[in-house]
This record gives sequence, C-alpha cells and structure tokens, in this order.
Amino acid sequence: MSQLASTAATPLAAPGPATVQPAWVRATHWLNVLAVLLLVASGWRIYNASPIFDFKFPRELTLGGWLGGALLWHFAAMWLLALNGLVYLAANIASGRLRRRFWPLSPRALLADFVAALRGRLAHDDLSQYNAVQKLAYLGAIALLVLVVLSGLAVWKSVQLPLLRELMGGFDNARVVHFVAMSGIVAFVVVHVVMVALVPRTLLLMIRGR
Amino acid sequence: MQATPRPSVQGLSERDRHELLKEARAVLAPPARRLFLRHGMTLGGLAMLGGCSVTDSDEAEQLLMKVSRFNDRVQGWLFDPARLAPTYAADRITRPFPFNAYYAESEAPVVDGTTYRLQVGGRVARKEPWSLAQLAALPQEEQITRHICVEGWSAIGRWGGVPFAAFLQRIGADTGARYVGFKCADDYFTSIDMPTALHPQTLLVLSYDGQTLPRKYGFPMKLRMPTKLGYKNPKHIVELYVTNDYPGGYWEDQGYNWFGGS
Repeated sequence: MSQLASTAATPLAAPGPATVQPAWVRATHWLNVLAVLLLVASGWRIYNASPIFDFKFPRELTLGGWLGGALLWHFAAMWLLALNGLVYLAANIASGRLRRRFWPLSPRALLADFVAALRGRLAHDDLSQYNAVQKLAYLGAIALLVLVVLSGLAVWKSVQLPLLRELMGGFDNARVVHFVAMSGIVAFVVVHVVMVALVPRTLLLMIRGR
Repeated sequence: MQATPRPSVQGLSERDRHELLKEARAVLAPPARRLFLRHGMTLGGLAMLGGCSVTDSDEAEQLLMKVSRFNDRVQGWLFDPARLAPTYAADRITRPFPFNAYYAESEAPVVDGTTYRLQVGGRVARKEPWSLAQLAALPQEEQITRHICVEGWSAIGRWGGVPFAAFLQRIGADTGARYVGFKCADDYFTSIDMPTALHPQTLLVLSYDGQTLPRKYGFPMKLRMPTKLGYKNPKHIVELYVTNDYPGGYWEDQGYNWFGGS
C-alpha cells in the first residue's frame, strides 16, 4: 500500500507510463464530442421541421426549442466542428501520428481482429496500439465527419458552391447525404461508448493521456 | 424528392402543424417570441452540461445571435454577384407548388389590384408610387428556379417579372446603400443586402407559371431571389425602401439568420 502511494506520489522521479494520447488529441477529442452533441441534437430539431423519412425525432432529444433556435445552435456549433476538425487533422498529419497509429491496416488483420472481437478475445494490454478494427472505425469516423461537413456545406450554400452541390447529387440529395453521414456518426458513437464501457481504462487514457 | 412533407401519424400534415405553430407565434407578442431559447427548451442527452441552465441564459442567446451576425458577414463574403442559381426545364416544376406562410392559405391578404400602388422610399431619387399597369409595362423576364425553404424542403417554380436591378436603376436608387427593406400587405417585413438586390436573378415578380401572380403566391407582387431562402422572398409587397439602417425582418427578429443565403 505504502509502496503504491509512493510511486503515485513521485511521477517525476520515476517516469510513469508514457503518454499515449497527447494533450492536443484529448483536447480536440472532447471539443469534438461537444460539437457533435450540439450539432446532432439541433440537427434533429431542424430535420423535424420537414422530415425526409416517415419519422420524427423525439422532441426531448432535440436542442433549440423551435426551428429558429435549432438553426442558431447548428450554425454556431458548425464552426467548432470544422475548425476543431482542421486542427486535429493538421496536427495528426504534421506530427506523423496519423501514419504511426493507423498504418498499416491490412484486410487480413482486420478480419482476424474482427473475429477476435466478436469472440471477446481481443487483447487490450497495450493501449498505445490500435487494433485493426479500431483503426478502421476511427478512420471511418473521420471520413464521416468530413462527409457531414461537405454535405452540410452543400445544403447551406447550394448556389454558391455548385461543385459540392453536384457532387452531392443536388440540393435535395445533399440533405439525404447529410442525414446518412449523421446516422453513421451516431452509430459510431454508440459502438464507441459501448467499447469504452467494456474497457474503461481507455476513458482514463482520453482524459489524462496515460 | 417530395416538396410537400408527408402527413404525420397524428393525422395533421406537417404543413398544418407548421401553420398552427406559426399562428400561435403570431398571436404571442414579439418580445415573448424573441426569447426563443427559453421556451420549450429541451436538451435531452446534453443533461451533462448542467441541465438546461446553460441554454436558459441570456448570455447563450446573445452569443448565438453574435455568431449569426458573423455568419451574415461570412455569407456576404461568400456571395458571388455573378454566380447564377441553377435553372430548370418546365417539366421539373413542382405541381402543385406549396403554399407557405405564417398563416393559413385562406388568410392570405386580399389586395385590390386596381387601386394598388407600390410605394418606394428611402434613398431613391424618384419616389412616385407605381401602379400594376406601369410595372407590367416594364421589360419582363422569366425564370424556373428552385425555392429552398428554411425548413429544408425545396420546390421548383416558374416566376416572371421585372429584373430588380433594372427597377432600382429606374427609381434612381442609391445602389451604394446597404439594404433594401420590404413591407407587405400581411404585415410581413424583411430586408436584403444590396449585392443580392442587384443580382441578375432577383426579380420583382408579377406572374407565376405564366398567369398573374395568384393571391396564395403573393399577389400583387413578390420579390424572388433564387439565391436566398424562402423567408427572405417577401410576398404581397406594398412598400420598398433603400436604407443604410438595418431594417431586420419578421422572422429574422425572432432568430432566423438575416442573410439567409443559399
């Protein structure tokens, strides 16, 4: 007990576990959480004003009170999502972390890790390495966030950004793409949160870095 | 993609529900409506942010309005005066073209076209009012463009009328001024930026689909801008004025973004 206490009290003397998630990753992660929560909740209220499909989101889960309020939240939080995302991508690429943590990603490793995950036999002893399924999921989340921003821009500025509008298949279809990208992000968040609940150490990692 | 939202399970169509809501809002006094963030605010999954206290504050509302003003400037900067909205073939026109206002279709204002005069004011050289016959005698243009509603739906329609830039020239408007404001027969009001007013697709509309503009679409006159969302396109215009003082708008004063460009 005393031994434990002494090692915990002298992190400087004896270097503790290396920082797995640098401060900029943790900061951009939690800012992204805030942006996604605000955008999804306000986006659901905006969707409810003119649903694309035969359902509406429960009012209690939405943000903004009415369409005008939801739009204000949405068009404010979009800056947080986009700017924070740019900082994350720039730092990730410039620091070489993107390559270090996500490369290589082979279909074989993906299949092996996916089967292991389904059997509950995925090892989590070294959290400084992502397994192949994690790599795919995080890269997928990044791709979905890029898609949600681009389709959102096509909805917002369909006249001023004709290339983006045509890429998304026109104004009405850009709304559908925006919705599908949102759905993918929400699905990722659900699985992500379940995984963190199964391996709670990863939550600590994203809070204090080690 | 359907322009008219589908009926909901409760039996009321989405449009009916919107109209009911819009009527309810119209009944409330404007100061009560302004506090949009306080009423019916639900945060659901955001309870971790400290319940609803975060959004109940005036600070949150003021911050959001500041970002909205910032977004006005960004949109003004993004706006390309030469960029045209897409135009469509006649077979793409949405039929029937949806009615949309903060009141029911039966409550659309009735304007007598024979006595109607469009008032022009503010920073213009010639302030004589215009009769419908005088406006109809001016060179006309037509467009088939997409109307995009702030709610998210869109519909393609065919509008005809006087290019607004030419009209502004004709009345000797100060086109260096910042805003053009509009007052409508249904007490609606809105305002636009001068670059959009001078855009080649901005039309002072007198006809819809080859017929005199019907009451439900804004008789005797509406302003059509395919570069802006629906609520920026005023119907039943009775007065327009050029000004440097921010005139706001019916929905804009309640929180809709002022620039409202697409």
